[in-house]
Amino acid sequence: MASTFDTVASIISSASDVPLEQIKPDSHVMKDLEIDSLAFLDITFEIDKSFGIQLPVDDWMSEVNGGKRSGDDYFVLKNLCTQIDNLRAEVAA
Amino acid sequence: MRLEYFQMLDEVEELSTDRAEIIARAHVPERSPVFEGHFPGLAIMPGVLLLETMAQASGYLVLAINGFSRMPFFANVKEANFRSFVRPGASLRVRAVRVHDGSGFAVTDASIECNGSRMCDARLTMRTVAFPTSGLQQHVLSEGGRLGLVKAMDALT
Repeated sequence: MASTFDTVASIISSASDVPLEQIKPDSHVMKDLEIDSLAFLDITFEIDKSFGIQLPVDDWMSEVNGGKRSGDDYFVLKNLCTQIDNLRAEVAA
Repeated sequence: MRLEYFQMLDEVEELSTDRAEIIARAHVPERSPVFEGHFPGLAIMPGVLLLETMAQASGYLVLAINGFSRMPFFANVKEANFRSFVRPGASLRVRAVRVHDGSGFAVTDASIECNGSRMCDARLTMRTVAFPTSGLQQHVLSEGGRLGLVKAMDALT
């Protein structure tokens, strides 16, 4: 069974021009992989579908824009995967 | 339809927030400057306007579901198929179904039929944001009233 990271990396690579081997756990989706907001919508849709969750991206952006959290907390891949795993656990509970 | 004003829908025929589905009617005008160029001697609806028609149906569906609280903007289209020519005078049935409710976006499957035949279809993504101006919100609400959408929403409550 593929790990959360493997699945997310595969989704990102499919939805963008970024080769799979360039996608690392420490990659920042926007800063390092240069994923734009439209491509990230696509990626979010595929993540939602693949994991049966709804990534609360609007809430995350509000927190980041309001200075409450760092964008790294959500958009560095290893942290994004942790968020996904937490949301999956909530759905399963 | 008033093509020059991008007023693509004429009337909401059916709305179901449970099924997240809207069906609207659109009548293609017999005459329009659009047809003078597209094409001389063979007037057909431009695919881009059919796409806009499906996007507007998707947008009003999203507005009906969110109670006109956030504005949907057309952000992405996939798998658009234009299967038959749509000619002046055609009476169209425009359908949109929300297939995914994301955070800050919605994905719909939309299609247009004429006399029971599917003319085109596509998967659309609508990005939803806070209304940039109250004037836009009022305009969209007014259009929702013109289309009978507000009445259809009231009938559901």
